[in-house]
Amino acid sequence: MSLYSFGLEPLSCHAWNKDRTQIAVSPNNNVVNIYEKKGKDWVKIHELTEHSGRITGIDWAPESNRIVTCASDRNAYVWTMKDGLWKPTLVLVRINRAATCVKWSPLENKFALGSGARLISVCYFEKENDWWLSKHIKKPIRSTILSLDWHPNNILLAAGSADLHCRVFSAYIKDIEDKPGPTAWGAKMPFGEVLLEQKDCGGWVHSVSFSPSGDQLACVTHSSSVIVVDAAQSKQVTQLTTEHLPMLSVLHVSPTELMAAGHDSCPYQFTYKGPGTLKFVKKLDIPKQTSKGSMSAMQHFRNLDKRATEDDSNELDTLHQNSITTEFFSDLPDVQHLQQLDFKVCQEKTDVLNQ
Amino acid sequence: MSKNTVSDRFRKVDVDEYDENKFVDEEDGGENQGGPDEAEVDGLLRQYPSATGGPEGLGARERPGGERAELLVVKVLSSFKSSDIEKAVGSLDKAGVDLLMKYIYRGFEKPSDNSSAVLLQWHEKALAVGGVGSIVRVLTARKTV
Repeated sequence: MSLYSFGLEPLSCHAWNKDRTQIAVSPNNNVVNIYEKKGKDWVKIHELTEHSGRITGIDWAPESNRIVTCASDRNAYVWTMKDGLWKPTLVLVRINRAATCVKWSPLENKFALGSGARLISVCYFEKENDWWLSKHIKKPIRSTILSLDWHPNNILLAAGSADLHCRVFSAYIKDIEDKPGPTAWGAKMPFGEVLLEQKDCGGWVHSVSFSPSGDQLACVTHSSSVIVVDAAQSKQVTQLTTEHLPMLSVLHVSPTELMAAGHDSCPYQFTYKGPGTLKFVKKLDIPKQTSKGSMSAMQHFRNLDKRATEDDSNELDTLHQNSITTEFFSDLPDVQHLQQLDFKVCQEKTDVLNQ
Repeated sequence: MSKNTVSDRFRKVDVDEYDENKFVDEEDGGENQGGPDEAEVDGLLRQYPSATGGPEGLGARERPGGERAELLVVKVLSSFKSSDIEKAVGSLDKAGVDLLMKYIYRGFEKPSDNSSAVLLQWHEKALAVGGVGSIVRVLTARKTV
């Protein structure tokens, strides 16, 4: 496991390139910094400065090597590499509120953008006029979209929203792709069709994730619970309430294992093998055994007096010292990445998960 | 011009009320459900003085509404012996612990003579079982008790 600190600012979002040698991060402002790995260090090689508002989402398409960024200034830019520099292209997303999240589709011919305008903007490139167009999914969304995830078939899109619902929409754009075959979620998929509306998940739905096959959908909510909807088992819902603080990000690392992380600053592993079998497996952050020197009795009572606790440390005993905001799964066989609010990026090997 | 010649009544209209995409809280028709029968609960208490039946019994009913229920619950919780609290919490399932936490915090809102001390003991034991997650669920629950 390796750890690198990018400075003093919280990292609000990040994205890796295809072979994990470069990372695009935003230190909670309107700029995206791209770092490249040189030996043990990460060196800044590019700075993308087109946005005027705080950057809320970055996604890097591995095959076509394009970066899409979205910000609170209601814009999204697609960046392409030309002559060693990243050149931005404005996307007409037509939203009147901040964008909150953005994700390339699996085939990278379109991307979905969630926003505070209570709609999802699905954007695709139109060759005739050489610009990016967007189509909106509005009904029945009633509040800010907090998270998006694409189904492997490049058509279905899961969205978690602040209106406490988790939904699966069809984002089929007939101009650029063929009609999709039926899936476990449904057969008829015109654009904007709702194939699943999981009502009242208990809290804002912070993150959604499809399983590798696309048949299961996991989401984590602000009520500290993990929910899995299983399309292969007639959309049965399994919910697990946890005793941790709410989680902000969830990811399927394998068809049965889930990773979730959030305000507890520590990733947790869950396993799902069928309806009703969602279980917590373990915490993935093994706390470092700091050698706490023996405290004198005087120190002991002084602590009790001042702080009402006997413990002297101010640090959490996890690797990350602040909330974890997003996770990314790598295509490399055994690495999985995390990132969070207190400027550290951490890579973890998945063989830890298999123990 | 010192006087407005055009009416400004439009400024007092609440435009958000007319927005067709307004977020509407989906409330169940739970407000009219009667609270637990006081006599029945008293009877149960007399039968099983160190009973674990209190919070469970209330949890089994669907979300009793109103202040009566809240006072009742605090009464039941106060009647437990300190040593029995841990066992009682241990006998509840996850949903029961969440419901118990909701009532504990409701009880905190309106403290009476000795209720806070008792409720704090219950809180400590419930926290050990439910963790901070149960408190988060008290805060995020749309249906309050």
